Amino acid sequence: MVLPNTWQRFLDETGGMSRFTGRFFSQAFKPRYEFSEFIRQCFIIGYKSLPLVGLTGFIMGLVLTMQLRPSMISYGAESQLPAMVGIAIVREIGPVITALIFAGKIGSSIGAELGSMKVTEQIDAMEVSGTNPFKYLVVTRVMAATFMLPVLVILGDAISLYGSYIGVNIRGVTSFDLFFKQVFDALSFDDFFPAFIKTYFFGFAVGIVGCYKGFNSNKGTEGVGRSANSSVVVSSLLIFIIDLLAVQIIDLFGLN
Amino acid sequence: MQAEETILEELKPTRLPGKEMALSITHLYKSFGDNHVLIDFNLQLNRGENVAVLGKSGSGKSVLIKCIIGLLKPDKGSINILGRDIEDLSLRELDEVRTRVGFLFQSNALYDSMTVRENLEFPLRRHWIKLTTAERNEKVTEVLKNVGLVHTIDMLPAELSGGMRKRIALARTLILEPEIILYDEPTTGLDPITGKEISNLIMELGEKYNTSAIIISHDINCIHRTADRIVMLIDGKCYADGTYDALKNNNDIKVKQFFE
Ligand SMILES: Nc1ncnc2c1ncn2[C@@H]1O[C@H](COP(=O)(O)OP(=O)(O)OP(=O)(O)O)[C@@H](O)[C@H]1O
Ligand SMILES: [Mg+2]
Repeated sequence: MVLPNTWQRFLDETGGMSRFTGRFFSQAFKPRYEFSEFIRQCFIIGYKSLPLVGLTGFIMGLVLTMQLRPSMISYGAESQLPAMVGIAIVREIGPVITALIFAGKIGSSIGAELGSMKVTEQIDAMEVSGTNPFKYLVVTRVMAATFMLPVLVILGDAISLYGSYIGVNIRGVTSFDLFFKQVFDALSFDDFFPAFIKTYFFGFAVGIVGCYKGFNSNKGTEGVGRSANSSVVVSSLLIFIIDLLAVQIIDLFGLN
Repeated sequence: MQAEETILEELKPTRLPGKEMALSITHLYKSFGDNHVLIDFNLQLNRGENVAVLGKSGSGKSVLIKCIIGLLKPDKGSINILGRDIEDLSLRELDEVRTRVGFLFQSNALYDSMTVRENLEFPLRRHWIKLTTAERNEKVTEVLKNVGLVHTIDMLPAELSGGMRKRIALARTLILEPEIILYDEPTTGLDPITGKEISNLIMELGEKYNTSAIIISHDINCIHRTADRIVMLIDGKCYADGTYDALKNNNDIKVKQFFE
């Protein structure tokens, strides 16, 4: 059977990425552990995306609040504004927006970095000098992305809520204490926890896709650009797919 | 008549009495689909010897050297490095053998996110874990002195010229004091004067650290200067094997064309 070209490529990519993920799990938990490189990557990955995550989070909180206000007023529920925004941010907007920013910033930089290392034979050089490049480059980056994104999401959520507090106070007056009391009264553990867990999967997806694209980069500078670009596209798409799966699973277990 | 002496039908072991074998390749086959690159290739390298592999572009020289170090998997045949068959080794044992073999890439393959110092320290930090910072600095300065580039220590590879990068790559290859060094076209892409300097450096350092080397090249001047023995890779086989002078005076048409 001859499949159309795009389908063939899609299946090839899916297969390649699954094998890459399998290789990750078979190597990640065996010594030698690249602990210091992992810590260095955590710092780079977390620190690099912090300003962007903070800024977008703040703007999202502020804008969301201002956009929702007229509708809330028309329902006569203006006092519910902090609760409403809090739930939206913690359950959905915070994790997804942060993950997308993360994919744009970190996914592309991992893809480009490993891609250029690949085409200039630096990865071969590492292997030849007796260092396992998969462990040293891939495992550390994927782990760092997996563990740093949840931290960034929590920070992003906090900054978003602060943005929302500012938004509430543009037209009305609500004290800081009252605002956050209203937010936290509306939130329960079930709002926070599933949303938090799914961010680990988002981070993992961004790391794996970036590393896979970089490691399989084609020759030439064009190949490096394409790796960077397609790692952003594919990981953003995966974030939405994981989000869709997560909401189904949460629903199934009756956690919402 | 001389042609018959140097062209090998069946490989005779070139192992000299009293000399230890550093590397031996026997009956090596490697193809990519229908492209049969290496067909029954044989090579022996004794300790302290420099062997040049000469062949046309695309004849499979880089494939050969990548098979030796395990970056490519041969289809058939065995490769023995320092007394160990590399296909029998576990990953960890292979890594250990690799620290005793240096590889100079044609493209240098310097880590371009790291400074010269970090490039040189990388293998030390990975394999000579017990070194103190002072000892590490000393070692880095020593190899940089050998290649005459101490002042570049805090520069990035992007800030260096092609010849300088080649020297730094050479320094990085030498830093773990390998017993065998594989050079993939060390002078290609350099001007003749710099090429000559690199050739001299290869000779000098080889003597200083008492290494054996395989030098892949089509630069006949570099080969003349550095190699004790030349192996010609033609049609995937070891076509001829001999000293520079023996091959230069050879009348075989395929051998002759390299010396014109
Ligand atoms: N990874 C690979 N996949 C498929 N074919 C390859 C691969 N590597 C090399 N080849 C093929 O093997 C042949 C020999 O290539 P190789 O790079 O060894 O040549 P070379 O002798 O080093 O040439 P040059 O002097 O130009 O560097 C070429 O025909 C090349 O197309
Ligand atoms: Mg080559």
